This record gives sequence, C-alpha cells and structure tokens, in this order.
Amino acid sequence: MIASSDAPAVQTDGLVKRFGDEVAVDGIDLTIPRGGIYGVLGPNGAGKTTAIRMLATLLRPDGGRAEVLGHDVAAEPAVIREKISLTGQFASMDEDLTGIENLVLFGRLQGFTSKGARARGYELLDAFGLTDAAKRQVKKYSGGMRRRLDIASSLLVTPELLFLDEPTTGIDPRSRIQVWDIIRTVVDAGTTVVLTTQYLEEADELADRLVVIDHGKVIAEGTPSQLKSQIGSGALKMRVAEPSDREQAARILGETLGADVVREADPTALSARLSTDSGASAALLALEEAGVAVESFSLGQPNLDEVFLALTGRPQPDGADAAPHAEQMQETAR
Amino acid sequence: MSTETASREAEPQLGRPTDTSVPPESERIRMVLAGSDGRPRRAGPVTASVTYGWRALLKIKHVPEQLFDVTVFPIMMTVMFTYIFGGALAGSVDQYVQWLIPGIFVQTLVMVTMYTGLTLNRDISKGIFDRFRSLPTWRPAQLVGALLGDQVRYVLAGVIILAVGFVMGFRPDGGAVGVVAAFLMLLVFSFSLSWIWTMISLLVRSEQAAMGVSMFILMPLMFASNIFVDPETMPDWLQAAVEVNPVSVVVTTVRELMAGTYDLSSVGLVALCCAVLVAVFGPISMFIYNRKS
Ligand SMILES: Nc1ncnc2c1ncn2[C@@H]1O[C@H](COP(=O)(O)OP(=O)(O)OP(=O)(O)O)[C@@H](O)[C@H]1O
Ligand SMILES: [Mg+2]
Repeated sequence: MIASSDAPAVQTDGLVKRFGDEVAVDGIDLTIPRGGIYGVLGPNGAGKTTAIRMLATLLRPDGGRAEVLGHDVAAEPAVIREKISLTGQFASMDEDLTGIENLVLFGRLQGFTSKGARARGYELLDAFGLTDAAKRQVKKYSGGMRRRLDIASSLLVTPELLFLDEPTTGIDPRSRIQVWDIIRTVVDAGTTVVLTTQYLEEADELADRLVVIDHGKVIAEGTPSQLKSQIGSGALKMRVAEPSDREQAARILGETLGADVVREADPTALSARLSTDSGASAALLALEEAGVAVESFSLGQPNLDEVFLALTGRPQPDGADAAPHAEQMQETAR
Repeated sequence: MSTETASREAEPQLGRPTDTSVPPESERIRMVLAGSDGRPRRAGPVTASVTYGWRALLKIKHVPEQLFDVTVFPIMMTVMFTYIFGGALAGSVDQYVQWLIPGIFVQTLVMVTMYTGLTLNRDISKGIFDRFRSLPTWRPAQLVGALLGDQVRYVLAGVIILAVGFVMGFRPDGGAVGVVAAFLMLLVFSFSLSWIWTMISLLVRSEQAAMGVSMFILMPLMFASNIFVDPETMPDWLQAAVEVNPVSVVVTTVRELMAGTYDLSSVGLVALCCAVLVAVFGPISMFIYNRKS
C-alpha cells in the first residue's frame, strides 16, 4: 500500500452500489489528487450522493474498491472518519437547537472539552458572519445561513478532505458567491475539496478537475478547459428586432464564428455553440456594420443539457436506456 | 435597438462584492482554519454518549411540548384507572390505589420508552444522521446517549405518578427507601427495554410504522400482566403467560420493594431480564445502525 501521506485523496476502482434492482453507482474508476477542488457534475439521480456517501464511509460498496487518503473504505473506515468531513446534500444540523449549540454538540463529539468546543464554535460563527444568529434556533435560519453553519460544522477540526454535496443548490446568487469564497479559502488552507454540483458554471468556476457522471457511470473526466474544448466554451443566443433580418444575421454569424447557427422556434431567435470565446465581439460588430437591428445578444455557458448533448451526441438521457459511450468519451477527455 | 449586451448570462446579476478586495470574511476564515491546533484527542465513549444525552435535554428545553406524554398522560392514566376500576376490582378505591400505583408506575414508564424509538426514527430520516455517522466517535454513542437523555423523561413521568398516587392515598409500607429503590430499578429496566424500540425504529421506514409495530408488541405485554388485576382469575394458559412476561416480573418486584419486603431472587430476575434485553437487542441495533443506508 502507498504511504498514506502521498496517496491520492481518493482512488476508486470499479466502485458499484446497488439499491435493489437499481444500480446507483455503476463501476466508477476515479483518481482525485490531493489539493485543490475536484468537481463531480451530474444531473438528478446520477449517483453523486451515493458515491460521496460511500467515500465518506456511510455506505458499503457492493463492488469494487475505494481508498480515501490511502485507506480502504471497507477495511479502515474509522481512520478515514478522523481525516474527512462531510457536508451532506440535506441540512445536517439539529433544527431545534441554536447555531452555537449545534457547533458545541459537534465540537464535543470531535473531542473538544465543553469550554474548548464553545470557544471554537464562536470563532467559527464569527468567521462565517453568524455571530448575531448564534442563539437563534436553526429552524429560523435562512437557507444561506444554514449552508454556512453546515460548512462551519465541518471545519471544527480542519479536515484533510472535505466532501460538499451540492453546497449551493437552492440558495440565492449572493449566498452562492459567499459559499464559493468559503470553499476557496478552505482549499487555500490546504484541505482537498470534493464537491458535487448540477451546474457546469459552478464546476467551471471552482474546480481544478472534474468528472461528469450519469446513471452511475463516468462520461468524461478532465480539467474544465479540456472539457470545454469538447463541448465548446459557450452558447451564443441572440434575437433580431425584425424577423426579416434573421436570415442575414444567421449568415453573418456563420461566417464570423465558423459555427453552426441554429434557427430557434421563435422567428427572431438564433443560437450557436462556440468553440472559443473570441469570435463573439467580432460577430456583434459585423452585425452592426451590416445594419441588422439586434434585440439581444448574450453569451452564456452551456447548461447541463447542452453538455450532455455535446458529450454523448444526444440529449440528456432520462429513461433507463443504455449508458452513454462512457469509455470512448473518457478517452477523448484525457 | 434597446439592449446590446455581451455579458455572460450565467454570471449572477448581483455584482461580485468580493471582486476587488479580499473580504474580511475570507481573512477571518483563513485565520480560524490556521488557528485550529490539530485534532483534539478523540472523544471517549462516555463523553460521546453524555454529549448525545445533553442534546436530548436541549431538545426538551427548546420543544417543551414533547413532555406532554410524560406529564399529562401519566396523570390521566392514574386518575382514570383508579376511579374506573377501583371500586369494581378491589372493593374500594382506597384499597385499589395500593395495588394499582406500582403497576401504573411501571406501565407508564414502559409506554414512555417507546418514544425513544420514535425520536430516533425521526433523526434517521434527516441529514443530521449522516453527519453523526461520519464523525470519528464510538458509534453506539448516539443510541446510548439518546437513551440516557430519556432517563430525564422517565424520572419526570415517575415522579408525577408517585405524587398523584400519594395525593390519592397511596402509602407504601417500604417508605422512601423502598420507593427510591423501586424507581432506580425501573429506570434500569426502561433503559434496557428501550433497545427493542431502538431496533424497531432502525428497521422500519416511517415514524408511523415504528409506532404501529411498537404498540403491537406493547399492548399484550401490558395487558397480559399483573398491572391491573391479580392474575388468579385468569385461565391457566394466560396465567402462565403473565408469569413469564417480563413486565409482570418487574411489577411484582416494584410492589415488593415499595412494600418493604426485600426479595433478592425477584430483583435478580429483573436484572437478568435487563441483561438479556441489552445483550440481544443492543448488538442487533448496532448491526442495523452500521449498515443503514
Ligand atoms: N437509500 C436509497 N434507497 C434506494 N434508492 C436510492 C437510495 N439512495 C439513492 N437511491 C437511488 O440511486 C440513484 C442515485 O441517487 P443519488 O442520490 O446518488 O443521485 P444524485 O446524483 O445525488 O442526485 P441529486 O442531484 O438529485 O442529488 C437514484 O436513482 C436514487 O433513486
Ligand atoms: Mg444528491
């Protein structure tokens, strides 16, 4: 076995988990290096939570192996639990207790003395901007505050590896940015973060590497820029003021961007997938020079649907159909 | 042409307040993380269990309504059974009180133990269960701690019944010493019995199901016993069942202790019941707890 201090943060080999007939995680091979942020991207039901719970020693794998920080999840769960923290998808606080009581509870369980746990709890509340809410019951917290308290509880003892399961789902954009900043700070302090998300934008913003999974299988793995070179860096969406201008606009876009232009159902709308960021401003200029009245023009990152379309050549699967061309895509991603 | 924007639409509309300067928050978090002097020594089994017990008490503090079942319910049971059955069963209410109070005392505490399982079942369905299990603590602590915290509820229920009984004329010959001894023994029995409900609540999916199954077990245990009446009038087969029913064993011992008649063999029998309950249902519960998904 590799000395645990040089071992990767996570190494899995054909990891499988079944629930009855359903295969939630279907043979995942992954190596997550130490340091930085590793993103796990996938739609609802992809198996993200199931995979994380196996790595956090909460579920026993039904097949394959997984090592976390050099320790086998089945053989040495107790050692792993000392080195990791988990912030689950659903609030893992006692709603009846106050913020500080929750932190003292988890602090005591981590081995702090009563006094030590209280001091550490207030330090964390202060750092996370929750001092004013310290003595309020968690059920009266807003979604963003709960998330921050939840993450704070995972940092009572600085973990070597922190799992965050959809840390920003269901909170507003401002709280999301706060959570992002918190995550970056935690990583700067030397903790490896594994985070799941349904948003490509979030994975792109935070992750150093990421894996795309669906139906429990790996579809692609690599750095965000490797993935983007596969799926294109973004989606251009525009609308002309007059439907009669649309054909001309489509031609100009096609020429300046060298991309396939899609004519949407709306008679004024056009969209195109871009391989690089650069052409967009040139295209806008060309449209203006040609005298095409542009109603709106925006450049966005592809959403998860578009990612799946690009990676698998077909829309996001939602039936029990066969898994996408996993092996082939993994090849190209690496 | 009204708008002409080339902004990334995925970017949140609120400008990033953190773009230009490092927010003080990040700086504080950095300091807090750096300031942690490594992992404290692991919490031992006792500390961890006591901590979970403390949590149960905090929950009582914040949600005092949950004490309804250990306050109003015992008063109702005691008053109701004494006046309804008293005259008919024992000739007079005054006489029946001497017989019934120790029985009601046991019955109520046994009923209240069921709620331990229900509370646990509620915890399991929430995210907090995952956090508890991901901590490097002695795993049975969550279960043991919850049971310890519930002792407070049992004490409260017991004190109320004894007080109501006293008002209604219950005068045990064993005096304070006998009553306290009986009380302590009953607390140990309640703790041991709770492991059954713990196991059930780990096995079933919902709180309602836990309640249903627990009731199904509890009802015969309580009525096929000597809580309400002397089993002499029952058919032989039922008498045999009543005799081996652990609840009867406990009720008999509580009556003896309260009456001041020490009998080591019946106390020993109760101790044996407790040991068997913990030895059987404790490990089964832990096995299920560890495998729970
Ligand atoms: N405890 C369980 N019992 C039965 N089936 C389960 C259980 N947990 C997960 N599943 C199933 O396994 C599959 C994967 O679920 P999982 O929660 O891992 O997905 P996810 O990627 O986290 O999705 P989401 O984005 O919705 O959180 C789903 O089809 C789900 O129904
Ligand atoms: Mg999930």
